[in-house]
Amino acid sequence: MEKIKARLIQDYLNQFVDRPVYIHLETTNGAYATHHNREAYNVGAFIRNAQVTFSQAKISGDETNYRVGLKTENGWIYAEGLRDYQIDQHKRLLLAGHDDQGRLLVTLELSLQPFTN
Amino acid sequence: MKKDEHVVVIFPHPDDEAFGAAGTIARFRKQGVPVTYLCGTLGEMGRNMGNPTFATRETLPEIRQQELTNACQSLDINLEQLGYRDKTLEFEDQDRIATHLLRYLEKIKPTLVITHYPGYAVHPDHDAFGAAAIEAVNRLNLNQRPDVWALAIKKDKEKDLGEPDLQFDITDTFEDKLAAIVAHKSQASGILGGLNQGPASLDQIVKDKLSHEAFYQWSFNEV
Ligand SMILES: [Zn+2]
Repeated sequence: MEKIKARLIQDYLNQFVDRPVYIHLETTNGAYATHHNREAYNVGAFIRNAQVTFSQAKISGDETNYRVGLKTENGWIYAEGLRDYQIDQHKRLLLAGHDDQGRLLVTLELSLQPFTN
Repeated sequence: MKKDEHVVVIFPHPDDEAFGAAGTIARFRKQGVPVTYLCGTLGEMGRNMGNPTFATRETLPEIRQQELTNACQSLDINLEQLGYRDKTLEFEDQDRIATHLLRYLEKIKPTLVITHYPGYAVHPDHDAFGAAAIEAVNRLNLNQRPDVWALAIKKDKEKDLGEPDLQFDITDTFEDKLAAIVAHKSQASGILGGLNQGPASLDQIVKDKLSHEAFYQWSFNEV
């Protein structure tokens, strides 16, 4: 992945507006958070292949903490802590944030085709 | 080697076999005992993406597939993949997973099954898959039932369970274990780093965590 360039991501987000889009949204601190540190506890949320349509998509923030919000017909979707991106060979937009050891903290992915399983 | 000996290892993630049991697996292989790994998932939800990142959520499964294949080749064991999704095993129907596992057990007729100790294996997938594995073994007729060695990971497990029944110094097969761990290279550095939570030196970590493997002998209560 590469560091997010806000203008490029905004342009790419715009291409998904008003089209049925599959999303993957996930945040996690790992399955071993409590195991490694009794004071911590495991937190995570995950949704894959939710199909949504949004009328507005916006990236805001700066390189330390980009946020992306999608305004859907009946509500909102957002992710925070995004720093890295990749547009893969399937033209999917992958956005993610990692800790200083490269462990995933959050990811938001958009695709016009369903993600595998 | 006893006649028709065959060991079946049942864990949910690529790398569970390496960290948890590779030294013991390698010992069986050196004795000529066939070993089959029934691996539940592809570890799709692994968090280690490298630094700098070399994987994404979408490419991680292919990477881990290759690593799993390499690790099993390195340990010289058979691999069967059950095709579940990482972190969803506890939400699947345990009966169905047990039935799925039972099909393999009926075909392979193992003399020993190694799996996670349900409730003491930390990761929900470990607990769920271990419980399903034990249920599957329990469904076999008494005269076909293999021994079950259960791997517990939880801290302070000894408080509830006592000392493990089977404790192996795996110094003899340490190199094989290390090779299996290194085969899972996308996860190995992150996990080995994660073990380093205190002032202990790397030597000590390796000694504590990797030169010793221990299991509880599962006892089936007959009703
Ligand atoms: Zn595992």
